[in-house]
Amino acid sequence: MNHTETHPSFLAHHFSESEQQRESAKLGMWIFLITEVLLFSGLFTFYAIYRSWYPDMFINAHQHLNVALGTLNTIVLITSSLTIALAIRSMQLNNRRQTIILLITTLALAAIFLVVKYFEYSHKFHLGQLPGKFYTFTGIKGTNPHVFFSVYFMLTGLHGIHVIAGMIAIGWVLRRTINNHFSAEYYTPIENAGLYWHLVDLVWIYLFPLLYLIG
Amino acid sequence: MDTTGTLFLPPANSTIAPEVDALFQFILVTSIIFFLIVVGGTAYFIYKYRKKGKDGFTADISENRTLEIIWTVIPIILVFIIFFWGFKTYLKMHVPPAETIQIKATGQKWFWQFDYDNGASSTNDLVVPVGKPVELLLSSQDVVHSFYVPNFRIKMDVLPNRYTVTWFEAPRQGEYDLFCAEFCGTSHSKMIGKVKVVSEREYNEWLEASSNPGEGLSLEEYGAKLYQSKACVTCHSIDGSPNIGPTLSGLIGRTEQFTDGSSLSADENYIRESILNPQAKVVKGYQPVMPTYQGILKDKEIDALVTYIKSLNKTGE
Amino acid sequence: MSGNKTEVEKNYLNDQKGIKSWLLTLDHKRIGILYLYSIMFFFFIGGMSALLIRLELIRPQEVIVGADTYNQLFTLHGAIMIFLFIIPGIPAILGNFVLPLMIGAKDVAFPKLNLASWYVYIFGSLFAVYSLVTGAVDTGWTFYTPYSTSTDTSVVSMTLGAFILGFSSIFTGINFIVTIHKLRAPGMTWFKMPLFVWASYATAIIQVLATPVLGITLLLLIAERLLGIGIFDPAMGGDPVLYQHFFWFYSHPAVYIMILPGMGIISEVIAVFSKKKIFGYNAIAFSSLGIALVSFLVWGHHMFTSGQSEFAAMIFSFLTFLVGIPSGIKMFNWLATLYKGSITFETPMLYALSFMFLFAIGGFTGIMLGALSVDVHLHDTYFVVAHFHYVMMGGTVMAFLAGLHYWWPKIWGRTYNEFWARIAAFLIFVGFNVTFFSQFILGAKGMPRRYYTYLDQYQPLHAFSSVGAFVIGAGFFIMAFYLIHAMVRGKRIGRNPWGALTLEWTTTSPPSHHNFEEIPVVKNGPYDFDRIRVENDKWIYKEE
Repeated sequence: MNHTETHPSFLAHHFSESEQQRESAKLGMWIFLITEVLLFSGLFTFYAIYRSWYPDMFINAHQHLNVALGTLNTIVLITSSLTIALAIRSMQLNNRRQTIILLITTLALAAIFLVVKYFEYSHKFHLGQLPGKFYTFTGIKGTNPHVFFSVYFMLTGLHGIHVIAGMIAIGWVLRRTINNHFSAEYYTPIENAGLYWHLVDLVWIYLFPLLYLIG
Repeated sequence: MDTTGTLFLPPANSTIAPEVDALFQFILVTSIIFFLIVVGGTAYFIYKYRKKGKDGFTADISENRTLEIIWTVIPIILVFIIFFWGFKTYLKMHVPPAETIQIKATGQKWFWQFDYDNGASSTNDLVVPVGKPVELLLSSQDVVHSFYVPNFRIKMDVLPNRYTVTWFEAPRQGEYDLFCAEFCGTSHSKMIGKVKVVSEREYNEWLEASSNPGEGLSLEEYGAKLYQSKACVTCHSIDGSPNIGPTLSGLIGRTEQFTDGSSLSADENYIRESILNPQAKVVKGYQPVMPTYQGILKDKEIDALVTYIKSLNKTGE
Repeated sequence: MSGNKTEVEKNYLNDQKGIKSWLLTLDHKRIGILYLYSIMFFFFIGGMSALLIRLELIRPQEVIVGADTYNQLFTLHGAIMIFLFIIPGIPAILGNFVLPLMIGAKDVAFPKLNLASWYVYIFGSLFAVYSLVTGAVDTGWTFYTPYSTSTDTSVVSMTLGAFILGFSSIFTGINFIVTIHKLRAPGMTWFKMPLFVWASYATAIIQVLATPVLGITLLLLIAERLLGIGIFDPAMGGDPVLYQHFFWFYSHPAVYIMILPGMGIISEVIAVFSKKKIFGYNAIAFSSLGIALVSFLVWGHHMFTSGQSEFAAMIFSFLTFLVGIPSGIKMFNWLATLYKGSITFETPMLYALSFMFLFAIGGFTGIMLGALSVDVHLHDTYFVVAHFHYVMMGGTVMAFLAGLHYWWPKIWGRTYNEFWARIAAFLIFVGFNVTFFSQFILGAKGMPRRYYTYLDQYQPLHAFSSVGAFVIGAGFFIMAFYLIHAMVRGKRIGRNPWGALTLEWTTTSPPSHHNFEEIPVVKNGPYDFDRIRVENDKWIYKEE
C-alpha cells in the first residue's frame, strides 16, 4: 500500500527490496531450466533405447549427417554463448552501447545457426531422409532406419524451436536495453535470457556428438 | 480348495489361485484390524474430546518417540511380509512347469483365436484338459489386449510386437469366463469367451474333431456354426439390424454404397473379398475396423460362410 | 464482528470494477477466483459424464448411449477430471488464494506468470473442448498406444490440450517454489510454515519435475499420429510398452500432485477444529517431501501384467510399499492430534473426518494392488477403479471440499448455511460409499473396467453403484446452491470465524488488495493452541 519514495521503478510492489526480486527471478529461471532439461531428457532416453536396440543401424544412418556443418554450428553456438555472457558483463559495467552490440551479435549468430540447419534439413528432405512414414531413402543398411531420422528430427527440431524461443527472448531484452530499462543496478532479464541461451547451447553440445559423431 | 468363492473373490479353479487368495485374505484381515484402529480411534477421540464448555488451551502434545517408532516399524514389517509373499507367487505365475500343453492364443479386435499343435483351432472357446498345466503363447494382431480368467486369477497383456506367456492348471472341470482386460475399442466388452476345462478323453475327442471341422455337416450348417464360432456374430446381425458392421440378412443382391463413392450389387466374390480384405470396400456409414480373416479361415470355411449368407436371403423373404 | 466499516467496503473483490479488471488482474486472490470458476465448470462437465456412465451401466443392455459414445464418455470423464479438475484443483484455486496469505506475502513471486498460467489453462481446455466437438476421444485418459495411434477419433487435439495444460501446471509450480523460498514474512521460518504450505511445496516440486516428461511423451504421441515416427507404433518398429513406461513416469507422480495438497488441507483443518497443536509436525512435513521423491520410482506398478521383467516388477512393488508408509504415518499423526483436543464438527471438519475414513480404505486397497500376485488378478478391474476413486475422490476431493468450506468465508467475507452444508456432506459421504464400495466387490469378482456391457452376474452390484452416484450428485447439487447463495447473500463474518492461528485469518475477510495492512511479523507456530486461543478475532495468550 504505502510505496515509499525509495522504492525503485523496476521493483514490483510485492517485493520489499531489489535483492529479493533479483534472487526470486533467478531461482524461478533455474527451476524453469530444470523443466527444459527434463523435457529433452525424455528424448535422450528414446535415443538411448533405440540406439541400444539398433546399434548398427544408428552407425550406418549417422554417416548421412554432415559433420562439417554440425561442427560449424557448434562453433557458432559456443561463440554466441560467449557474446551473450559478455553482454551481461557490459551491462554490469553500465556500458549500454556495448551491450546492444553484443546482443545483436548473439542474435546474428543464432540466425546463422538456423540458416545452416535449414540447409541440412532441405538436403535431407530432398533425399527423403525423413522421419517415420515419410522416409523414402533406400541407402541405409539396418533395421528401421526411419527411426534414426525420427529421433534426429525430433531432437534437432525441438532444439530448433528452443533456438527461436531464445531469439525472441534476446530480442525482447535487446528492445528493453535500447529503451533504457536496464542499468548496473537492474539487469536481471538479460541475465535470465543469458541463462536460457546457455541451456540452448548446452543441449546442442550433447546433441552434436550423440547424433553426428557416433561409431 | 474353495469352490464357492467368498464375498470378494469368485470361485477359484487353478493351482495358483489358493496362494493368491490366501494373500488377499491376509491383507484383508490386516487392513480391517488397522482400519478399526484408525477409524475406531477417531470415533472414540471425537466423542471423548468433543468441545465441552468454553474454549481453553489444549495440551502441548507434539511428539512421542516410542509411539512414532511403533507405528512406523510395524507397518513396515507387515508390508515386507506382503511384498515377499506376493513376489513369490508372482514368480510362480511367470515360470511355467517343464511339461506343458502349449496353445497359441491370438487377440484381435474383437475375438480370441486359439491354435493347437495338431492344427485344430477355435475362436473364443479355449478347450483344455483338466489337471494338466497349459501354457499360452499370447500375441496380438492389432492393439494391446489382455487375457484374463478371473477364476484362475491370471492375467497377461497381449501385445502386438512380442510374445507374452502365461500358464495355468485347472484341477476341476467346468466353464469359466474369459475377458479382455485392456481397453481395445468399440466392442472391448464383447471380447469375451469361455475356458472349457474338460476331461482328458473329451479333450482328445475335441482336438480330433476340431482338426477336421465341418465333417458330417452340410455347407450351410457348417457356415451357421462358423458364423457363431468365428465371432462374425459380434459385429454382423442376421436379423436386419445394423451393428458395428452391416447386417448379413438379405446381403446377396443388395446394392451397397461404399465410402469411396462407388457402389456394387453384393455377390459371392464381394463377400469373399470382404472377408479376406475387409478394408477394400467399406460400406458407407460404417468404420473400417474389421480385421482380415486371411490365414484364419480356410477356403472350405469361406465357402461355407458364403453358402450360409446366401441362405439368409431365402429365410428373410 | 470486529472490523470497522472501511474493512468491509474496501477489499480485493471491489477495489477495481469491470470485467477487464478481472481478466487482466495480477492479484493472486483474483486469479484463484478465475480458476475457481473455470475449474468448477469442468468439474460439472466431468461429473455429468460420470452420471451418464453410471446410468448406462445400470443394466447390461443399452440404456441411453451406444458403445462408442460410452467409450467417449468414460474417456471424457477421466481426462477432464484428471487434467482439468483434480490436478489444478487445490493448488490453482486454494493454493493461489491462501498460500501467499499463509506465509505473509503480498502476492506470489511472479504475478504475471500466475495470470499466464490461467490463460494457458483456458487455452489448453479449448483444445480438449474442441476434441469433444470433433469426434470425442475414445482411448481412455491414458491414451495407450497403439490404440491411440490407430483410432480415428481426435486424439491429437486432446493430447495437445493435455500438453498445453502441463505448462499451466509448471507455471504454478515454479511460482509456488519461488514464493515459498523468497517471500516469507519476517519470522516465518521453514518450520513455522503451515503444513498446507509444506504440502504445496512438495507438490510444486513434483509438478516441475514430472510434467515435462508427460509433455515430451504426448508430443511424441502426436508426432506418431501425424508423422508415423515409429517410436510407439509396432507396425513401424516401435514399442507400445515404452509409451506406458513414459506415461506412468509422469502419471504416477501426478497422483501425488493430486493427493499431497489434500493432505496439507487435512492437517490444517484437523488441527484447527481440534484446537490442538498438530502431532508430529516434522514427520508430516518431511513425509510430504519423502513421498514426492519416491513417487518418481514406482511407475512400473501400473504395468505388472505388461510382460515387464520379474526383476523390474519386484523393484516397483517394493518401492510401492515404501511410498505407502509415509501416508500411513500421516494418518496416525492426525489421529494423535485429535487426542485431548477440543473438537467441534463444522462442515470442514466433517469433510476431514470423511477423508480419514475413505482415504484409509483407499490406502489399504492400494496395498492389495501393490502385492504382485494379487495385482495380477485385480489389475484393470473395477477394484482398481474403486481404489483410485477412494484415493482421488475420497481423498483429494474430500480434502478439497474441506478446504473450500474452510476458506470460503475468508474468500467472500460471507459464510454458508451450516445446516445444508452438513446435509450435503452426509449425502456425499453415504453416496460415495454406496457407489464405490460395491465396485471393490465387482472388481474382485472379475469385472474388467471400461466395459460397455457386462455379464448378468454383475448386474445387481452395478445397479447398486449407480444409485449411489445419483446420491452423490444430489449432494453436489445442494452444495452448489448454498455456496453460490453464500457468495452473494451469506452472513457476513469477521476475520477469524474458526479461531485458527495461521496468518490468513489475521487479515480482513475478504482480504484487501495487498493482503495485509502491514507485513506481519511471525512469532509463534501455526498450531500453538496450547498457548494461544482466539476470541472474537482477538488473540489471547496463556499467561506464563
